[in-house]
Amino acid sequence: MAKEVTGTTWTVYDANTMTQAEIYGSVLCELGEKYPKIVGLSADLAKSTKIGVFGDKFPDRFFNVGIAEQNMFGIAAGLAKSGLLPFVSTMAAFTAMRGLEQVRTDICYQNLNVKIIATHGGVSFGAAGTTHHCTEDISIMRSIANMTVIVPADGIETACAVRAAVEWPGPVYIRIGRGFEPTYYQSEDYGFRIGKAQTISEGTDITLICCGITVLQAAEAAKILKEQDGLSVRVLNMHTIKPLDEEAIMKAVLETRRIITIEDHNVLGGLGSAVADVIAKSGKGCAFDKVGIPDCYCVVGYPEDLYCHYGMDCDNIAKKVREVMGRDFEEDESWEDEV
Amino acid sequence: MPITDSEIIKLKEQAKSIRHDIIDTTVWSGGAHIGGALSMVEIMTILYFKYLNIKPEEPHWEDRDRVVLSKGHGGVGYAPVLSARGYFPKDELKEFNHFMSSFGMHLDSLKVKGVDVSTGSLGHGLPMAVGLALGARLQNKSWKTYCILGDGECNEGSVWEAAMSAAHFKVTNLITFVDRNRMMIDGRTEDVMALEPFADKWKAFGFIVKEIDGHDFKALAETIDYAHSETKAPVLILCNTKKGRGVDFMEDQVKWHYGSIDSDLAAKAHESVNRG
Repeated sequence: MAKEVTGTTWTVYDANTMTQAEIYGSVLCELGEKYPKIVGLSADLAKSTKIGVFGDKFPDRFFNVGIAEQNMFGIAAGLAKSGLLPFVSTMAAFTAMRGLEQVRTDICYQNLNVKIIATHGGVSFGAAGTTHHCTEDISIMRSIANMTVIVPADGIETACAVRAAVEWPGPVYIRIGRGFEPTYYQSEDYGFRIGKAQTISEGTDITLICCGITVLQAAEAAKILKEQDGLSVRVLNMHTIKPLDEEAIMKAVLETRRIITIEDHNVLGGLGSAVADVIAKSGKGCAFDKVGIPDCYCVVGYPEDLYCHYGMDCDNIAKKVREVMGRDFEEDESWEDEV
Repeated sequence: MPITDSEIIKLKEQAKSIRHDIIDTTVWSGGAHIGGALSMVEIMTILYFKYLNIKPEEPHWEDRDRVVLSKGHGGVGYAPVLSARGYFPKDELKEFNHFMSSFGMHLDSLKVKGVDVSTGSLGHGLPMAVGLALGARLQNKSWKTYCILGDGECNEGSVWEAAMSAAHFKVTNLITFVDRNRMMIDGRTEDVMALEPFADKWKAFGFIVKEIDGHDFKALAETIDYAHSETKAPVLILCNTKKGRGVDFMEDQVKWHYGSIDSDLAAKAHESVNRG
């Protein structure tokens, strides 16, 4: 039985005894009480994705469509058209790829109120291998008009994202891990807002822009760098990839002049590319690098080992920061000669 | 309500008028999927002029029946029906396919009044129709969902995923038609990718199948009435039709899946419809 803790303004779920996915399942149950229009769908992954707890509580409002993702997203579109509020949950790979056309054409093209919780994002399903990894979904989803893309840092933030998605208009893609990832946040009352980056630590030397599991690692890296190198590292939790908090990015460009993005995703097309777009468009040059899966299919292993292998753990992030700090680039204070 | 002879006479006139509108719209559009538009005229006419509980003056009326034209390329056949039913003036169809028009060849539910669901990519309609029907049931609404599939699109696996789920969830407030005109872009369905034994496939997936002449209003009415009364399993109305129906030189011709017609050809097409 999940342990509940009373928060200042709402009930929070104890991140120490519940996994990331269990937390969203519980939150969805709680929201189901308040919003009778919420319905749940899964494709034979009700247990793995934890949306099944919603199904246990509201059996009439839950549809397990079997192993048929295309049909599931189509049905979700129809349910939304009938006036209901579907929450759909299956693995990221089967959302962003197997069911993609239905997500794009049935749900997003018609701007329907369907909320998707895609689990097992990135390489979080480690040893399952490439068929069950999804290092392409952020790139895919952010290129779909009308779609909002959120990559919560942990279970607590997933709870915040799920709550926020209920009132947020149109389709929302919430990308989480397998559910066993360590948590960063302790409670929900830190002011989560869709489209607004969360400053994890202030800093003036360099900014780490992160999402998902890399937020905790970057926060740890910032501590290491402060203690060992005396560096002032800003860490931004860019939980919303779309709409992107361009203001926070530009503030980091102007104030720290060095940026590294870190994501459990292909380095092409995801958070790093989204941030790079903003920087390039501004004409304000800065030292920039992207950490993630280097455009390849990930090796097999436990997720923790994979994150280290691809440089997403705190020690490798610290190493990367030292490298980027040593990079020579035109430190032009005024930028007056640039466009 | 059993159909009367006078109703049939009126529906036949309406269908004829819609065929004329389809020909006109095809001319205005510069090119459209006229073959499959003409094959489904009787299905669409009987739905919109006898069965559907709708308010064209209030397109988003909550309790209206829903229609999902899964064969979304039938847009040039659907828009004239909506216009004739009063959703918008026929003049608007003159902009079909034009720059910035509300009407592309696959109709957009956010732009065209009366279109409940955007379709065009094949194999998408039936899943959405199942969702609509489940949604109605869950909210204790009595409105029905009607889905019109093309036969060629039944090559798509998603159609069968949806079929499986319609039977599993027993969505009997959904009535599904297949416009069995036996043709697709590259040729005859049985040559490109055989569907037969087609009725048996639907039966095996849990549907009650009624096979009829899809141009026969009496048969359509009897079957729709039956489908409304059926509560054990979803009903599939397999409508044997002719592609290009009503325009002699287009009938049963693969090349008229998609085409453009000039005013001379249009005149011949109108004459053929008048003779029919």
